Amino acid sequence: MEILVCVRRVPDTSENEIALNVAGSDIERDDLVYSINEPDNYAVEEALQIVGRVGGKVTVVTVGTEDDEEVLRREMAMGATHGVLLTDDAFTGSDARGIAHILQAFVQKGSYDVILTGVQAEDGGAQVGGMLAALLDYPFASLVTAIEVLDGKKLKISREIEGGNKEVSEIDLPCVLSIQTGINEPRYVGMRGIRAVASVPIETYGTSELAIDSTSVGTAGAKVRRVDYFVPAATKSAEILRGSREENIDKLLELVAAKGGLK
Amino acid sequence: MTARIFAYVPHRNGVPDDCAGELVAAAKRIDSGVSPTAIVAGFGSELDAVCSALCASYAEIWKIDKEVLAYPNSELVRQALVKVIPPGSVVLCPHDHFGIDLAPGLSIKLNAAYLPDAVEIESIDGDNLKAVRQEFGGQVSAHVRCDISSGAVITIRPGAFKAQETTVLNGNVVDKSHEAGSFSAKRRYVQTIVAEAGDVDITKHAVLVSIGRGIQEKDNVAIAEELAEALGAAVSCSRPVVDAKWLDKSRQVGSSGKTVKPKVYLACGISGSFQHLAGLKGSPFLVAINKNPKAPIFQVADIGIVDDILEFLPEMTEKVNEMRAVAAK
Repeated sequence: MEILVCVRRVPDTSENEIALNVAGSDIERDDLVYSINEPDNYAVEEALQIVGRVGGKVTVVTVGTEDDEEVLRREMAMGATHGVLLTDDAFTGSDARGIAHILQAFVQKGSYDVILTGVQAEDGGAQVGGMLAALLDYPFASLVTAIEVLDGKKLKISREIEGGNKEVSEIDLPCVLSIQTGINEPRYVGMRGIRAVASVPIETYGTSELAIDSTSVGTAGAKVRRVDYFVPAATKSAEILRGSREENIDKLLELVAAKGGLK
Repeated sequence: MTARIFAYVPHRNGVPDDCAGELVAAAKRIDSGVSPTAIVAGFGSELDAVCSALCASYAEIWKIDKEVLAYPNSELVRQALVKVIPPGSVVLCPHDHFGIDLAPGLSIKLNAAYLPDAVEIESIDGDNLKAVRQEFGGQVSAHVRCDISSGAVITIRPGAFKAQETTVLNGNVVDKSHEAGSFSAKRRYVQTIVAEAGDVDITKHAVLVSIGRGIQEKDNVAIAEELAEALGAAVSCSRPVVDAKWLDKSRQVGSSGKTVKPKVYLACGISGSFQHLAGLKGSPFLVAINKNPKAPIFQVADIGIVDDILEFLPEMTEKVNEMRAVAAK
């Protein structure tokens, strides 16, 4: 089974407090720690587990710049066979639809049975997977929490729906699935693993190799664009206890008792 | 702004989703004079019950009544909507597990813009819609411009727009089933597996000690359990704790977990994503303990303490146990 996983490099919110730059035009990126978008890492692990069971290869792809190669290498260290960077000045400013167009062009150069994405990026809206599927006319399922390979070119999948319930479906190949966190336990990647793939070449494609019409991508093709960032005025905000830890605990217990929380 | 506005309203067991009124409110933010048209897809008497319920809040309801739509498979619903919805329309639907499944592909097939997870619609200037989205788990917001000249699909964050009490509209139901054409599914619904009950029923507890990513590792879950035991409470959690397999899924509070109504909710090391807060009902006394002073949870909590839960919780447990010992004498 040939599996393509679309990944992204994003600021790691567990390592960073996200703040605005002075102009409000962007978040302050200078000191940010970047890493693989967490749901994408689950998607790569799931792909590796599937090929571990039924055979095949895993390719990881991203749309970005040279800076993004580090996440491709990280996922190759996990076990992905190929890393592919789709990069071109013309891609700058693409909206989700533009990214989906770029990925579509790449997918059509190869032959993949399954395409996985993470369910959503930290700064995204759970968009690209569903758009890519529609552009390719492949079936799509979002929020996938289990995958089983069945005979006859199809999968049995579970999706997360309300209240912790699961919706089970069969889906024909080729298909696009967006992977929810928690589907598996992604393997650990150490420095040694990353060093081992440091010199493996990463394939690079731009508009000409992908035969992309430049009006459908980049700023020109974007129907949706971000104007600025801001921190909304809090409509309500907590009363912050500013005493010593001991004072805060006393005060908190008093309040909790008053609300009937101490029996 | 001349585009027609539609609201796709999901439903279950003959009852429209809570978003039905919120979608009307969102439509009026786009065009205050508009009466959006509801679109519902389903089958038979259940669908008729949904239409009847929607007549109060929508002037017009388009129904697509097909046996194949008895279960809302988003692939089939999309096929129907693409045939029924006129080009250039604005289509609203909730940003939930169904909207996420339906909307991105629908926007491609309608050749319309896709604006996901809007929390506010600020203005419209010609074909330019200006909306607000949240990024990085709600730590920052962004203004987004969306070109709706060829239509748009917009998913609306559940709870972000407040449904307004309106006069009963006595809506008119229009049967569009004959326009929906034929269906072919590459994805076929098999069954729904209902969530398991788990060892502790967090929905039955008056006090919850709820932990998030800030608990950092599995061994630290014990400090929350010790506090819960001292308080006579139960331990619940947010999604990352379940993803890491530190607690069972049955302990998760949120839109994809349990909905709880405690009297007191101690959110410990929880950032406060909207998916998590969606599982918190009945306005509990909400205490946030988090070492990140910018965590969005502080915007919704009653009381906030900026501290490291790994140190704070054990000291609090000790204090509660001391109080109990004194009281027992």
